[in-house]
Amino acid sequence: MTNKKNTLLAGPYLIWAVGFIVLPLFMIVYYAFTDKQNRFTFDNIVAAVSDPANLKALGMTLLLAALATAICLVLAYPLALCLTKLRLKRKNSIIFLFILPMWMNFMLQMVAINVIVEDNGVLNSLLTALGLPTVHIANTFGAILLGMVYDYFPFMLLPIFNNVSCLDKDLINASHDLGANGISTFFKVTLPLTLPGVVSGITMVFMPAISDFAIAEMLGGGKIMLIGNVVEQSFNKGQYHQGSGLALLLMVFVLVSSFITDKDGEGEGGTLLP
Amino acid sequence: MKDIITLKDIAVSFDGETILDGLNLSIRDGEFVTLLGPSGCGKTTTLRIIAGFVTPDRGDVFFGDQRVNNVPAHKRHVNTIFQRYALFPHMNVFENVAFGMRVQKKGKDEIKKTVEEMLALVNLKGYEKRHVSTLSGGQQQRVAIARALANKPTVLLLDEPLAALDLKLRKEMQVELKNIQKSLGITFIYVTHDQEEALTMSDTVVVMDHGRIQQIGTPMDIYNEPQNAFVADFIGESNIFDGVMREDRVVEYFGKIIPCVDSGFAKDELVDVVIRPEDVELVAPEKGQLCGTVTSLIFKGVHYEMNVEACGFSWLVHSTKMEPVGTEVGICVDPENIQIMRKQEAVCHDE
Repeated sequence: MTNKKNTLLAGPYLIWAVGFIVLPLFMIVYYAFTDKQNRFTFDNIVAAVSDPANLKALGMTLLLAALATAICLVLAYPLALCLTKLRLKRKNSIIFLFILPMWMNFMLQMVAINVIVEDNGVLNSLLTALGLPTVHIANTFGAILLGMVYDYFPFMLLPIFNNVSCLDKDLINASHDLGANGISTFFKVTLPLTLPGVVSGITMVFMPAISDFAIAEMLGGGKIMLIGNVVEQSFNKGQYHQGSGLALLLMVFVLVSSFITDKDGEGEGGTLLP
Repeated sequence: MKDIITLKDIAVSFDGETILDGLNLSIRDGEFVTLLGPSGCGKTTTLRIIAGFVTPDRGDVFFGDQRVNNVPAHKRHVNTIFQRYALFPHMNVFENVAFGMRVQKKGKDEIKKTVEEMLALVNLKGYEKRHVSTLSGGQQQRVAIARALANKPTVLLLDEPLAALDLKLRKEMQVELKNIQKSLGITFIYVTHDQEEALTMSDTVVVMDHGRIQQIGTPMDIYNEPQNAFVADFIGESNIFDGVMREDRVVEYFGKIIPCVDSGFAKDELVDVVIRPEDVELVAPEKGQLCGTVTSLIFKGVHYEMNVEACGFSWLVHSTKMEPVGTEVGICVDPENIQIMRKQEAVCHDE
């Protein structure tokens, strides 16, 4: 009885999910394994993995996503540790500060970053005014990396912060009590117990980062091709079959990395897999 | 016996609220000391100062002759059993107990031997591989004890260790803890708000309230000779009311002159009179020092608990003889069972 009712409640979303998730997925799979005459073929997949330009884009994507994830992690973890030690009121206002950029449209954030790092932008004017040499960041690998870190940082911070602040303070006390100093307490107690948050944060940053194309387009000036850009361009050029093959390949990558992080986190802290 | 821990004039406040105020305490080697008091009296803070988790604002902490105010927790030879056990959830029983020895880089064989010894001591042989989350509350408590004792501390600090257990298990663990303390001969400092637990287990009871020590003594002293009305009220149940010392060994309450055994008060000094409910005798109305009416009667197993309304005061009476509600009774108290106490300084009740 209650089960039936619950299923009914999920109804509106089910219609949404079928229309906008399941059907499009089927279409991608269908296009990926057919040619223009709608005949079954592996050519799209073979082309996706054999084209050196695609492989280069894929390599660049993985490198960028991994670097962005690593930088976010290195920035977020110590910050989360610091934040938990603050008083509640101040803690919340600082967390708010980090969430605030998410209120602004993501495209606008990218435009703003571009204004700052442009060759004659805010940053370089400032450097010149201080008598320092200017830097060339705009339309480089570095600019995309900066955009990714800026954009995805809250997604790394929040799960780690939640995990760290839930950690029972007495576990840390117990570790000190048993003779462990600050460093060994960190490696033996704090880090292992906050790993689920770390894994969750990595998933939340790495997954969107490997399928990103907008940041690369807006901050890379079209000079650096990520796998997402290649897919986007294929679709723009009407090459649905090739594009779907590439998209499928990308999904396999996301799925594989999900499996890896899910195994490490033992399913705690919310990865992309149930 | 020499003092193993000395606290001198300790004061602590959190967020402007005074937790401890001029606390002085000496603990002798091998003693079972209980810090007893209502919640918020500063007993847990005292324990945490000894453990090194809280730094006092004022005062000194000595381990033997050595001042340890600036010695961090991980360098102090005391171990703590936490209220909610604080077992490491990512380790099994063996690793939890071995934690302290692993940190000290002890040899593999020694660790294995000690862990087995400790688990045998707390009756958890064969539980090495179990995950701590699969254990019951009582078993987790035992692991916590084994983990703390594996470090061979000179002093074991216990922060309401049995509070989360049910009554039967609590009684069993009380006996076990006492046996462990006796057989190992180490000092236990035990925090509890349960007065019965304190009286059963301790060599010395330290009664605390509002960040101050109210009385230090053996369980018998504390129960039979409470120093002030707070102690009398907190330890067991008591009838406490105002009286006036007319002269040595004579007290007046509710307008009656009653003989007692206390002396040394000023003439006509206002005092607290404390009488335990089991010391109130109910007699025929004409034979009593005071007259009253039974207003309630509860059967408590061993005895009956009655309330007797007399002279505008509701007397709590424990007796094996039952008087039905509405009965007129006389109240009599043996002079030896009347405790006379000086009125407490106002500061003790300041919020």
